[in-house]
Amino acid sequence: MPTVSMTVNGRAVTGDVEGRTLLVQFLREQLALTGTHIGCDTSQCGACVVHVDGQSVKSCTLLALQADGSEVTTIEGLAASNGDLHPMQEAFREHHGLQCGFCTPGMVMSAVDLLNKNPNPDEGEIREWLEGNICRCTGYHNIVKAIQSAAENMRG
Amino acid sequence: MYNFNHHRPGSVDAAAAALSSADDGKILAGGMTLLPTLKQRLANPSDLVDLGGIADLKGIREDGGSLIVGAMTTHAAVADDATVKAKIPALAALAEGIGDAQVRNCGTIGGSVANNDPAADYPAALVGLDATVHTNKRQIAADDFFTGMFETALDEGEIITAVAFPIPEKAGYAKFANPASRYAIVGVMVAKGPAGTRVAVTGAGPSVFRLGDAESALSGGISADAVSGVSVAADGLNSDLHASSEYRANLVSVMLRRAAAAAAG
Repeated sequence: MPTVSMTVNGRAVTGDVEGRTLLVQFLREQLALTGTHIGCDTSQCGACVVHVDGQSVKSCTLLALQADGSEVTTIEGLAASNGDLHPMQEAFREHHGLQCGFCTPGMVMSAVDLLNKNPNPDEGEIREWLEGNICRCTGYHNIVKAIQSAAENMRG
Repeated sequence: MYNFNHHRPGSVDAAAAALSSADDGKILAGGMTLLPTLKQRLANPSDLVDLGGIADLKGIREDGGSLIVGAMTTHAAVADDATVKAKIPALAALAEGIGDAQVRNCGTIGGSVANNDPAADYPAALVGLDATVHTNKRQIAADDFFTGMFETALDEGEIITAVAFPIPEKAGYAKFANPASRYAIVGVMVAKGPAGTRVAVTGAGPSVFRLGDAESALSGGISADAVSGVSVAADGLNSDLHASSEYRANLVSVMLRRAAAAAAG
């Protein structure tokens, strides 16, 4: 069985996987990082978004072996070690950018990638960026507000 | 998904060797089409040869009046590249309109053109801009590359290494996107380049095609007005749950005018 090694949330990890093992399965089932969700499993919904080498990707449509040697960040890796939430998580909490919460980890990870690339997005750019993240509860309004607020706070 | 042997070679030659020694090997580029296909058990390859570890296949450079885009360059990288934005802004805009942000971070130009999905954007770019596909064996003109629905001129085991786009004087792309997938219901590329004015249509037919009437109409100068009388027949165009062939025929005229307007600046 092939072995895969990567850095996940700053920690070096290694595991035995099958060729067909998806990154999301490796994260959830072998590393017990269940904050990354499996929604549609067809790369449409975005519940499984994580960062691989700084880029947001859908971990349900990436083999674990494709991420060999990469730096992976999941939702569990955003908060500070003392428990302080990342500004994006804080903004989702503050603006109630969630209802059931299922899409939230992917929404937050996508939103963080957006602000890494575009620290000052307008509402249209935020909505366009969220094309790959589906929320069936909120109608997106509070998610967009949360991202706008986080962008303001993170710019200082 | 059925299991398979995964290979991650460090060079194109090693990839070709891994493919030729496999019972039923398939190339894995960005995986945005292949992995969903495997999940549905629509294919059962014995081996996947992952090109993600070959540094030579990534990146964009300008060379003698052309932009050379490595086969494993992602859509996001093409969309964000300063040289592409400066030299062929229509190509950057086309790449920016593919799928969603996470798909653009994984999907590659080589994978897209090798797959030749009838609704993909890149085939219109390659044919419209008169690009050349470079493989580990030869160079293939875009006009000869796309041979039919999901079919290309690639031989078994042949690996795309890059796509060369001659820098055009003017180019514009317009598409009517499926609101769920962002695939092109119809997409039209209009370009005036070293080889004259070319018009390529994706999404409408079984494979990308050139629109000779529009090319003639634009030969005296590119504008939306110049193609206001150009229309295509619905016969032979795709008809599915997203759009009828008549609807697509109408969209070709509309997207043609928008692409011409975009190219005219």
